[in-house]
Amino acid sequence: MAQGVWAVAEQRDGVFRKISYEIVSEGRRLADKLGQKLTAVVLGASVKDKAAELGQYGADRVLVADDPRLGQYTTDAYVEVLGQLVKADQPAVLIMGASVQGKDLSARLSGRLGVGMAQDCTSFSVEEGGLVAIRPIYAGKAYAKVTFENSYPQMATARPNVMSISAPDTGRSCEVVSASFTLDDAAIKTKIVDSIKDASGKIDLTEADKIVSGGRGMKGPENFKVLEELAAVIGASVGASRSAVDAGWRPHSDQVGQTGKVVSPTLYVACGISGAIQHLAGMSTSKVIVAINKDAEAPIFQKADYGVVGDLFEVVPALTEAVKKYI
Amino acid sequence: MKIIVCIKQVPDTETQIKIAPGGAAIVTDDIKWVMNPYDEFGVEEALRIKEKLGGDVTVVGLGPKRVTESIRTALAMGADKGVLINDPALDGSDSLAVSKALAAVIKGLEFDIIFTGQRGIDEDQGLVGACLADLLGIPQVSLAVKVEVAADGKSVKINRPVEGQTLVVEAGLPVLITAQKGLNEPRYASLPGIMKAKKKPLEEKTLKDLGLDPAEFGVAGRRLKIMQITPPPARAAGRIVQGETPQEKAVELARLLHEEAKLI
Ligand SMILES: Cc1cc2nc3c(=O)[nH]c(=O)nc-3n(C[C@H](O)[C@H](O)[C@H](O)COP(=O)(O)OP(=O)(O)OC[C@H]3O[C@@H](n4cnc5c(N)ncnc54)[C@H](O)[C@@H]3O)c2cc1C
Ligand SMILES: Nc1ncnc2c1ncn2[C@@H]1O[C@H](COP(=O)(O)O)[C@@H](O)[C@H]1O
Repeated sequence: MAQGVWAVAEQRDGVFRKISYEIVSEGRRLADKLGQKLTAVVLGASVKDKAAELGQYGADRVLVADDPRLGQYTTDAYVEVLGQLVKADQPAVLIMGASVQGKDLSARLSGRLGVGMAQDCTSFSVEEGGLVAIRPIYAGKAYAKVTFENSYPQMATARPNVMSISAPDTGRSCEVVSASFTLDDAAIKTKIVDSIKDASGKIDLTEADKIVSGGRGMKGPENFKVLEELAAVIGASVGASRSAVDAGWRPHSDQVGQTGKVVSPTLYVACGISGAIQHLAGMSTSKVIVAINKDAEAPIFQKADYGVVGDLFEVVPALTEAVKKYI
Repeated sequence: MKIIVCIKQVPDTETQIKIAPGGAAIVTDDIKWVMNPYDEFGVEEALRIKEKLGGDVTVVGLGPKRVTESIRTALAMGADKGVLINDPALDGSDSLAVSKALAAVIKGLEFDIIFTGQRGIDEDQGLVGACLADLLGIPQVSLAVKVEVAADGKSVKINRPVEGQTLVVEAGLPVLITAQKGLNEPRYASLPGIMKAKKKPLEEKTLKDLGLDPAEFGVAGRRLKIMQITPPPARAAGRIVQGETPQEKAVELARLLHEEAKLI
């Protein structure tokens, strides 16, 4: 009988990523609802010392798979090891973050285990002892409530930035257990030969707490400077509409929308973006939306909590000055 | 190079989603169906590799008869042949079941590289590529923005952005690659291309042809069950920030973001 909740943490270079705290905190809430134990799972190289920290966020136990070949994420090695651990322990629920790594790993693991899988969920609950998840579909044009049918573990990933992080309880103790597994070199069929750091060092849009986006109204690549300045002051990442990307003003990785990144920041500021259905689809789960557009009829105003009708080249620099007072 | 591209047909991005009576499905009557945009990048990349190194490109789609149109589009772009898995028992299948049926067809074909899209823009699952690779026992590299096949045709180097960096991954063949925006600019089908596509082979297969048990497919075979589909939560009506000049509006917006929204 499958028992227990597993929260799979994510580390990079031995440091837990923010999503890990979100997942472990949410795992605790689910474990309480189910009346079961929470296991945090960490895969990495020389990560055992750091693992106990996850106890402060609610893990009853941390299961650590430590191996030099798990230092850097590869699908092959991670799926092989995590698959073995799941088969040995048979958790009832397994959640991880819908980060690039989490989406890749969970997708392959669901295939390996032959279980159902709900990607990029925005809330979890328990009904009749089973995991129920809400997931935006059609990039947020609709929401699906899903559950699992004779499928264990019940597997899902959570959209970054959505699940709240519990205040760490430094008094809480937890057991750290070394996992046993076998990993054959032949199982690892891909090799990371290089990694190129983004020069900008900006937080990826899918994980950014605030986003300032520009569209065709920016008129040219050089004008994004006004958005960069606002973003720097309020601690935001800069995004773009497809028009701005297709014009070659911004990189593809900046595109927000149904065929770009689907984002959920607490603040989304759309500048010179009309609000086409494909763009709205990608950002409508943002907590607060601000639109700055000179056309009072632009559809973006229908979705905006705060709308400013005006020329962005006047409004945005004035806003950058005005917010300084509060920072 | 033997290349396979999996293509999914999805509602056009303009589609307004309406929920069907019963609340567990969407209304499909007025939908304009198109090839999943991420699959277009897969088709384009396959064609470029073929143009450089020779070989052929097979497109595989699963779904009702209308999917033929999307397969013809890929053939018109330059793919060589198509396979459609069409069986009423497949209706409502989840990602795992779709992957099983695709794997059954692909096992009967020769392949060096398989392309899928990074996700379908319908249910936004992004599971089929990885599940399919696992069923075939080959590695997958997801979210490719650059694919470079070695001149000897034995390995491939793929750039894949992860948050804050781009990894360069090397894999032997066969490999499954999931495509995303930035990989290339898909070509349009030319008129001669469209004419030629009509004569290219397009095979249809049922579950029985593939030796698969219909009971494992369709709504009944789902491991992930859809209980309900709802419209997105309504957003409270917003307001237009008042002010005589752009400066006044900016000052007022800053105040609202600070005092009311408490975001700065
Ligand atoms: C298959 C498909 C997929 C797509 N996917 C996406 C996607 O993922 N993301 C996406 O964004 N789009 C996507 N689109 C494109 C989408 O349909 C729109 O074309 C696009 O979002 C428009 O971008 P925009 O708002 O920047 O440009 P426009 O619609 O041209 O709007 C520009 C706006 O700027 C305003 N403006 C101009 N000058 C100023 C100024 N000085 N000050 C203030 N305001 C000003 C104008 O009033 C106007 O509202 C997709 C389209 C298709 C067909
Ligand atoms: N019914 C299908 N027929 C062919 N390919 C599919 C099908 N469903 C998914 N795929 C492939 O898998 C990718 C990801 O889809 P999904 O996992 O459904 O989000 C798509 O871009 C396609 O390449």
